[in-house]
Amino acid sequence: MVSSASASASASDSDSSRAAAPDGAMSADGERRAYLDHAATSVLRPAAREAFVEASLVQGNPSSVHATGRRARAVLDDALELIAELLEVPRSWLIMTSGGTEADNLAIRAVATGAVAADSSRTAVAVAATDHPAVVATARSLQALTPSIEARLLPVDDQGILQADRAADALADGAVSVMSTALVNNETGALQDLAALAAIARAHGTLVHTDAVQGVGHVRRPSWDDIDLMSLSGHKIGAPVGVGVLVAKPDVPFGTTSTGGGQQRGVRSGTLDLALAAAFAAALQETVRDREQESRRIRALARRLRDGIRQIDSSARLTLSEESPQSGHIVHVVFPGAHSDSLLFLLDERGVDSSAGSACSAGVTQASPVLAAMGLSEEDARGALRLSLGWTSTDQDVDVLLQALPESLRRARAVGALFG
Amino acid sequence: MKVLAAMSGGVDSAVAAARAAEAGHEVVGVHMALSKNRDQRRTGSRGCCTVEDASDARRAADRIGIPYYVWDLSDDFHDLVVEDFLSEYAAGRTPNPCVRCNERIKFASLMERATLLGFDAVCTGHYASIRTDGPAGTPSLHRSRNMAKDQSYVLAVMGPEAVGRSLFPLGEYETKDEVREEARKRGLGVSTKPDSYDICFVADGDTRGFLERNLGADPGEILDDSGAVIGTHRGTHGFTIGQRKGLGIQQPAADGAPRYVVDIDPSSRQVVVGAAELLSTRELIATDVVSFEPLSAGREVRAQIRAHGEATPARILEAPESSAAKPAHGPSLRVGLETPIRGVAPGQTLVLYDGDRVIAAATLERRA
Repeated sequence: MVSSASASASASDSDSSRAAAPDGAMSADGERRAYLDHAATSVLRPAAREAFVEASLVQGNPSSVHATGRRARAVLDDALELIAELLEVPRSWLIMTSGGTEADNLAIRAVATGAVAADSSRTAVAVAATDHPAVVATARSLQALTPSIEARLLPVDDQGILQADRAADALADGAVSVMSTALVNNETGALQDLAALAAIARAHGTLVHTDAVQGVGHVRRPSWDDIDLMSLSGHKIGAPVGVGVLVAKPDVPFGTTSTGGGQQRGVRSGTLDLALAAAFAAALQETVRDREQESRRIRALARRLRDGIRQIDSSARLTLSEESPQSGHIVHVVFPGAHSDSLLFLLDERGVDSSAGSACSAGVTQASPVLAAMGLSEEDARGALRLSLGWTSTDQDVDVLLQALPESLRRARAVGALFG
Repeated sequence: MKVLAAMSGGVDSAVAAARAAEAGHEVVGVHMALSKNRDQRRTGSRGCCTVEDASDARRAADRIGIPYYVWDLSDDFHDLVVEDFLSEYAAGRTPNPCVRCNERIKFASLMERATLLGFDAVCTGHYASIRTDGPAGTPSLHRSRNMAKDQSYVLAVMGPEAVGRSLFPLGEYETKDEVREEARKRGLGVSTKPDSYDICFVADGDTRGFLERNLGADPGEILDDSGAVIGTHRGTHGFTIGQRKGLGIQQPAADGAPRYVVDIDPSSRQVVVGAAELLSTRELIATDVVSFEPLSAGREVRAQIRAHGEATPARILEAPESSAAKPAHGPSLRVGLETPIRGVAPGQTLVLYDGDRVIAAATLERRA
């Protein structure tokens, strides 16, 4: 298959990899663009697209008992079984969702309400201060419930790593039903040690959820001995947007957050989309199969990015030191004095798709809560740039960025000097 | 040229951007986010830069086929326009925030940022004309062909240097209907969107309420022109020179004639009211002069003191020594009026015209 050849292409073999990449890698006028925003949305894998198209032609509702329905059910089951096999869990642990956000919502809201219904002393949840809003905002929303469920934010150190002793303090009173942390942080790429955190949680009867949407394909999956729930998202691994999975062990209590036909353990009602499930399975298959090789290849590209950036600008500060635990596909860097919106604009103009990595609400830049939680001042957090790599990334992407950076940086600093 | 098209989400700036692109310029659309807490939807003609407006601007840019960005200028807008508006009212003056926004945001912050990012010019949907056939050969600012829409008054403070880096494609349109028709023909969804009125950051249109919320109540006395106390008020910022309505005075004037605010003194918190004659003036004194060409005493001009007012025949009595566009401080521009005008309030902008050409802008001081 073309896609597998490209996904495992070595760094030097960039042309064949490019050949497999969809048209989006090049702009309409043939200009080479560097897509360095895989952490936002990766590129649809040809295998996922083929699986999607094939399954979309299958007629019928998988819950129907007739022949057409049975055929649909078989296609869905094929996909779910493949996903389960790849994740090394029984199929019954899977709850298909519309994406990572819905999976996180179920893991926090439905589990917290289910747990407190079963044991009235479980009146709190604990989430990493650096987690995605799908987790943090959901946790905070529980305080408005009756009875109220408290949201405890777990602090991180300056490398974005959860502080085990502080987590232990937060869990000590036994009130926390579920503790959640992203496996890999979506802004910085910081990688949590879930085994260590799980040991603390286990001692207090607390369930462990991890949002692994940024981790799949880049780092080793946590052991199922250590976690009870895990969220995955399709579009971060080369499947379409609109599909995700919550993996939940059978003894996890779920409160009711949506009602309907009672599909998927009654936790998430609604007819499943065969095509999205099939595409997810196909993307996950490639991602898991190629992980070690791809991870090495992407780390090498990230190293070239970091080295090149340091050569261009000696004042550039890497948010995570190279020795810190991290996924390897995200290079987060702060350029002191640069105006980050302008930097994004200038890079975009020069063919680079990147991100400031900070929360952005309708164009008004907000200070990044992730960087703030890591102890960076608002001043330090300015001039932040997130470059994230994925399965289509090549040396050429790195070249485009490194070529665009000096002039972009010069101008972004001139704006920064005026507009701070 | 590389042109930044400021796009509010309204029909004017969308058509202006389309015209600039059609003229062969390399155009990038930029929507300015001017408030940290943006409303999701706009209500009729009120307010601006809601999320809905940003989305309208984005779709217009898509249709025109140009890149589109949102730039956050909310800090500058707050510090340089909203704070100025409040402090001017607190000082008993009558500011025009749209003038300040043009002076300090659109043709300053936005233009400076654009220049640093490699743009040659800023294009907006203002109704004004720029011509290069003037006496000095340098670009000059003129009234738009559509006099009813003319915005040269609120633009004059931008000064000649910024005029040379601006494009106002709408200056040549005869009517607003033509602009809407142009938008419709180009498939721009904003072709039927209502015009904006009022002050954009006073979303509910209640300026007095906005001032009171931000400046607080600061009660004082209302005096007549003999110095007798005839009432009380909740704060001098609720008044503007020439105001007649809403004075809240119980007893009528001795002669039964209408009374107007003729003086505001925030330091003693006193508001003085009196007859219309007290508002009349034949002479204007202004500071912070921005001149487009050398000003000389004796020159015959026309003077305009309100955005939608008439320009009246006038003569320059005293001009600042420097003809530079830099603001000159101190009462440096004195203008005599052929016929007296009423309702001159400190803080208002004075714009001088020679025919339809802008020759200077300045800020009015207390009357002589």
